Amino acid sequence: MVKIARWGTYLPETKEKTSGRLIEDASLPSEVVIPLCQHIGAPCDPLVEKGDRVLIGQKIGDTEAFCSAPIHASVSGEVIGVEPRPHFTGDCLLSVVIAPDGKQESVEFAGVSGKLTPQKVRCAVREAGLVGLGGAAFPTHVKLCPPEGKSIDSVIINGCECEPFITCDHRNMLEKTDLLLDGLRIIMATVEAEKGYIGIKMNKLDAIRKVEELVAGEENVKVARLDTKYPHGAEKQLIKAILEREVPSGGLPMDVGALVHNAGTTIAISEAVREGKPLTERVLTVTGPGVKNPKNLRVKIGTPIGHLIEECGGFEGEPGKVIMGGPMTGFAQFSIDVPVVKGTSGVILFPRDQVKITPHDPCFRCGRCIRACPVFLIPNFIGLYVERDMIDKAEAYSVMDCIECGLCGYVCPARRPMVQYMKYAKGKIMARRKKIS
Amino acid sequence: MSEPLELVVSAPPHIRAKETVSGIIGWVILALLPVTLMSVYVFGLYAAKIIILSVGTTVLTEAAIQRLRKIPITIGDGSAALTGLLLALILPPKVPWWIPVIGGFVAIALGKQVFGGLGYNVFNPALVGRAVLMVSWAELMAQSWLSPLGRLDAVSTATPLALMKQARVGLAQFHSAYYYKPLLFTNPGGCLGEVSALLLLVGVTILLYKRIIEWRIPASFLGTVFVLSLFTKTDPLFQVLAGGLLLGAFFMATDYVTSPMTSRGALIFGTGCGFITVLLRCFSNVSEGVTYAILFMNALTPLIDRYTMPRIYGKGKRREKSSS
Repeated sequence: MVKIARWGTYLPETKEKTSGRLIEDASLPSEVVIPLCQHIGAPCDPLVEKGDRVLIGQKIGDTEAFCSAPIHASVSGEVIGVEPRPHFTGDCLLSVVIAPDGKQESVEFAGVSGKLTPQKVRCAVREAGLVGLGGAAFPTHVKLCPPEGKSIDSVIINGCECEPFITCDHRNMLEKTDLLLDGLRIIMATVEAEKGYIGIKMNKLDAIRKVEELVAGEENVKVARLDTKYPHGAEKQLIKAILEREVPSGGLPMDVGALVHNAGTTIAISEAVREGKPLTERVLTVTGPGVKNPKNLRVKIGTPIGHLIEECGGFEGEPGKVIMGGPMTGFAQFSIDVPVVKGTSGVILFPRDQVKITPHDPCFRCGRCIRACPVFLIPNFIGLYVERDMIDKAEAYSVMDCIECGLCGYVCPARRPMVQYMKYAKGKIMARRKKIS
Repeated sequence: MSEPLELVVSAPPHIRAKETVSGIIGWVILALLPVTLMSVYVFGLYAAKIIILSVGTTVLTEAAIQRLRKIPITIGDGSAALTGLLLALILPPKVPWWIPVIGGFVAIALGKQVFGGLGYNVFNPALVGRAVLMVSWAELMAQSWLSPLGRLDAVSTATPLALMKQARVGLAQFHSAYYYKPLLFTNPGGCLGEVSALLLLVGVTILLYKRIIEWRIPASFLGTVFVLSLFTKTDPLFQVLAGGLLLGAFFMATDYVTSPMTSRGALIFGTGCGFITVLLRCFSNVSEGVTYAILFMNALTPLIDRYTMPRIYGKGKRREKSSS
């Protein structure tokens, strides 16, 4: 039996187009654009110059900063520029542009030799440039280094894949189940946790069964079956659902002895540690009503999304909206030249006639956002205050605890831009805090 | 680089639930249709006239005021029409034509637009309209009843609640059980919307099924009236069925704008409404208390909301944060 949370909402899954499709390898694009900052933390400095020849897996960006992850070339070829290029967040970021030569020559990889020690694992994970592949792209090795005095007893693998449309984790869990469990055990050994959980929503019964079969009889590794309400895959909500623990406001999962890694990241950890394979490609889902043949693709980091759309048969209907990430939290793009980065879990396309731009109505206090909010905020009040630029009031109503899951905006019958209000208020508050300190 | 495309860029979420404001209001109007049609069937032209005048006035008033304020005219969302319909349903059938007109104007102008329009009003607009009419033209509002069906010629009768009140002081004979059947099917005397409890409940079923209203406010409202009736030695079933309580509990007290948004707040609100209703019905000189009960609790709604806010994930007891 799964427990049904009192927060959240059941969203239309719309995963059926790709959930049954095997992962395919995408072809090489004519150029790859690899931004030097694909993670939360310090950006990397370029290690190559225009005209250099690079190999797959060769480090092209790195930094001394602890909270960062190196960047590797995803193709072999010539560096044709190190210049600012559009990024999915709307900025222009310094990027290494490579023209692939098609030979796909690679540097030699070597896994960790001898006995695995936490230090060796952290080092291998950092050198592989691993970041959270669920979307937030937090450097993985940082998460594997709990500071002095914090102990982690439970490791949770996030296989929820909450966002509608996206199926890459689902396919990963089905097609690389062994690596998933290997990665989990590596993490558990590294942070000395006794318990491991793989949280999977009930809409992926095939994955649940497959993983359960492989962990049958094990005492310390379990599959946690989760209800399909959104957002069970949000880190704090997942911890609450599985461990019944609440991460304190402003705190981290390790404050309650938990560590959460995305399923795709866990597989990548296994590959980095066993084979020394750097993160130069990832699996993502190209789907939505605006694309001809939706697919799960294994894609070189830096591939422009326009190339992936062609790979999937092109636009269906007149292009209207291109989203990087999921439909609830993803970023709408103004250009299809934007490259895939480590955190890109999907590219979702909507045709023009399905993109409605409607003015929003005043809030009529129906309370739907309050009942849906997984953090138990009063989103409509926050929105009303932000609308009047009363940021202090928004802060008093705890806007900083908002996880930007997008549910308040989804359920709002007045079509109010709730997430925009939240992001705006958070940005203002952060800027002010920076100024004060 | 590829050809530039014309793409829409907006903040997430990029998908939306299907419900809209006008859709929800449309469902509420639809839920009121059975009882509205019944009132026209029972009271004939009297009812039709009141409904048309009331709805017409509210819609026109809203449009006129928005025109004067030079803001977009939003009569298309249906909220003004709903206010008009609700007001018509809480008027006695034989009132003169200008009563619904004045009521409709007051409801929108004083009940809604002075506060800033939909979403900002403190009191339920239809009830504001009725309250003003009740204090301004007390006799008209208290005596324009009709005995329906076949006895349309008969002059005014008292409402069952008024009869009950007279009986309490020994002025009349009163057997509450006699009224169960009429109240359920065709009320012997009352407002348009009190004509049939059963048809009202048909609409309520739709709203509950579509999750447009939640059970908390009506259940606590009706439950409180029922239980308190036992203490005041009146017939609880009669109390629940009579005097527009069902209409008030399901369609007025549940108004999103003027009722608490939190779950606990909804229970407090409903209980308060029930308590005041019984208080007024049994211990005041007005025979009917739902209107004032809801209006009173409307005034408390911001306070109730404030003190029943949910505890935030990862935080201790909720407080107006200033320090941390």
